[in-house]
Amino acid sequence: MSFDVMIVGIGGQGTILTSNILGRACVLEGIPVRGAETHGMAQRGGSVESQIRIGQQFGPLISPGNADLLLSFDLIETVRAAHWLKPDGSIFTSRDFVVPTSVFMQDYPAPTENMLLEMLGDKTYSIIDTRRIAEEAGNILTQNIVLLGAASPALPLKKESLQDAIKKTVPPKTVDLNLKAFDMGIEAGKL
Amino acid sequence: MVVHYLLGNEAIAHGCLEAAVDVACGYPGTPSSEVIDTLRMDPDRACKVEWSVNEKVAFEQALAVSWCGMRAICTMKHVGLNVAADPLMTSAYTGTKGGFVILSADDPYAHSSQNEQDSRCYASFARIPCLDPSTLQEAHDMVRDAFALSEEFSLPVLFRPTTRICHSKSDVDMGEIKSSHRTALFEKDPRQYVVIPAHTRILHQKLNQKQPALKKRLIELGYNRYELKGKTGVICGGVGSSYVREVIGPDVSLAIIGAYPIDEDWLGEFIRKHEKILVVEELSPVIEEVARQVCGNIPVYGKKTGHVPYEGELAPERVAGYMHSAGFDTSVTYLSASSPAALPVRPPILCAGCMHRTAMFAMKKVFRDAIFPSDIGCYTLGLQLGTVDTTICMGASITIASGMSLAGEPRDIVCTIGDSTFLHTGIQGLVNAVYNGANITVVILDNRITAMTGHQPNPTTGVTACGVSTPSVSIEAICRASGATFVETVSPNDLTTFINVLKEAKARQGVKVVIARQPCVISEKRAKINRGRYMVHKDLCIGCKACIKFGCPAIELNGGLASITDLCSGCGVCVQICPVGAIGREVKE
Repeated sequence: MSFDVMIVGIGGQGTILTSNILGRACVLEGIPVRGAETHGMAQRGGSVESQIRIGQQFGPLISPGNADLLLSFDLIETVRAAHWLKPDGSIFTSRDFVVPTSVFMQDYPAPTENMLLEMLGDKTYSIIDTRRIAEEAGNILTQNIVLLGAASPALPLKKESLQDAIKKTVPPKTVDLNLKAFDMGIEAGKL
Repeated sequence: MVVHYLLGNEAIAHGCLEAAVDVACGYPGTPSSEVIDTLRMDPDRACKVEWSVNEKVAFEQALAVSWCGMRAICTMKHVGLNVAADPLMTSAYTGTKGGFVILSADDPYAHSSQNEQDSRCYASFARIPCLDPSTLQEAHDMVRDAFALSEEFSLPVLFRPTTRICHSKSDVDMGEIKSSHRTALFEKDPRQYVVIPAHTRILHQKLNQKQPALKKRLIELGYNRYELKGKTGVICGGVGSSYVREVIGPDVSLAIIGAYPIDEDWLGEFIRKHEKILVVEELSPVIEEVARQVCGNIPVYGKKTGHVPYEGELAPERVAGYMHSAGFDTSVTYLSASSPAALPVRPPILCAGCMHRTAMFAMKKVFRDAIFPSDIGCYTLGLQLGTVDTTICMGASITIASGMSLAGEPRDIVCTIGDSTFLHTGIQGLVNAVYNGANITVVILDNRITAMTGHQPNPTTGVTACGVSTPSVSIEAICRASGATFVETVSPNDLTTFINVLKEAKARQGVKVVIARQPCVISEKRAKINRGRYMVHKDLCIGCKACIKFGCPAIELNGGLASITDLCSGCGVCVQICPVGAIGREVKE
């Protein structure tokens, strides 16, 4: 049995980078790992997902209703992906969301935060103000690392391996910034 | 041996380097592109790497490299192999000298493809070996060893990873990169390399004579193997084998097919040790057909009995379901998941500031009642804008347009094709359209890069795959040389001029070419070009939604008024669309 993590968001938000950090942390700990991700045209502002299976030696695909953890960078995408979780799985999500352009073009009502949270029902979730915390850490682009920090206690990986994997994955000039965002994320996740 | 967390295509690229490949060429196509991308971005690469203009060109170049005694790989997606099918079929006759691997990446479920064809069928059609990895480690090892297999049998080897190999990741144990000590030398031998009828009849016989030894060798090499467990057995191949291994019951036998052609005697022996057999594979029933030939009276379940679908991709819970339905034990039972929530969809969309949106917006304005054949590229997303009426394959925009003109369709016909696609297989269609007097407008969307597959340079870009400066091809000169008399180049970002050029094209007869030239916004961002942003002056906005209907993802509607988000890339087109002048340069407060 593996610990299965779904990472979702919109193309360009860093789902692939986040899954690379998890994958590298697994290699550092000698744990087998499998991942699957969205590439190509689907990335053009569309919904994207990265699946990562910690401790898995066979295939890269998670089955719907079986993920242990959902990490999401957009609240609409959180709701869209919630059915991947097992009944006792947990969610770490950004509070922000981007309304799809089609909603404006076709004059549909835009969803609100309350509507979206209601759709999550009785699922266990932690909402993180990733945008505000990333800005405080020094760069809005670190939102994915903030969220990873918040979720890190729920992962079967050591904090040190995650930090080491961050160092090996992010651009060299941004290592300190990202480690700070990771720590601030851990704090935010405790609240 | 070093373990790294790698993308499948990165692992494949590394496997090629461990085999000391001399030349890699290909044409980009999801999910294959990152193999060449990995090699060309490697500053220490010892091999020569190039993006070719299409798959047939890439194939023939790689074949020639092999004929010179060097190792070569050519890469493409499954539909690219259709373009290269002509040399493929006859290269099996001529054979190879240096190891020659054809990577054709299949895309079950058509994640980013126009069909779900199965490259294994091409291997059997051409009678060449096909390797079909089930894991990333296997993909790495197989491609590394495929060059030697090619040399052993003097045959091209088809290597067929699928999307869930190419675009999945895993810990991969890698070996050392080896450097090549080969020197290119073509030894003339017309009986092998000139396929006139007298030669080719003999070459065909030789190809057929290679088959029995090849089948046995693929078993010796361990690509095709089985494990006996009980009275029922599953036979599987490709990445589906991973899903089967995840869910199979402890008392069910398992045969894994990693290479083709399958030795019928060997498979029959496995089948006859069981009371019933299930075949699990993606796409075509390639394994299943062999199993049925040799099963005798043992029942074989699979696609032909309706237990496994012909289309789409496999997944662990689906495989478990197929096994249950055919009465085979599994070790896992999946909980049924709740259905996904009803939410507004978020399909892929053209970027903020993308010139394709603007060009198509203008086309729609000028040609209200027209037919819009289109092609393969980011601009296929113009489907959402109502300016993509047909898409079938690379280069088929101009030919579908000229065909409709030939049919006598009375409406205007305006087709779109990108720069890379035009150079791939669009030129022939243009030459044909002019030659045969078609009445069409051809809009070449020239953003100077092969954007959709991940920004690979092409002959318009001015650099090679490895970043060496090279002359930029003149699309204008090609179009004029075809005989087209109306060839105009204009940036769609200058909306008024662009519309005027389209109007002029509409008023004329014959083949009119409009080259819409504006660099891809992603290339601009990477080149650190910053054109500033625009904003909506709330006091001037009348809420008419003209800019909203344009469909730029940077424009939102808040409280009935438009606003521009930080996705804005500064193309300035919305300024030209706004009827009341409410949009202007961003003013920082």
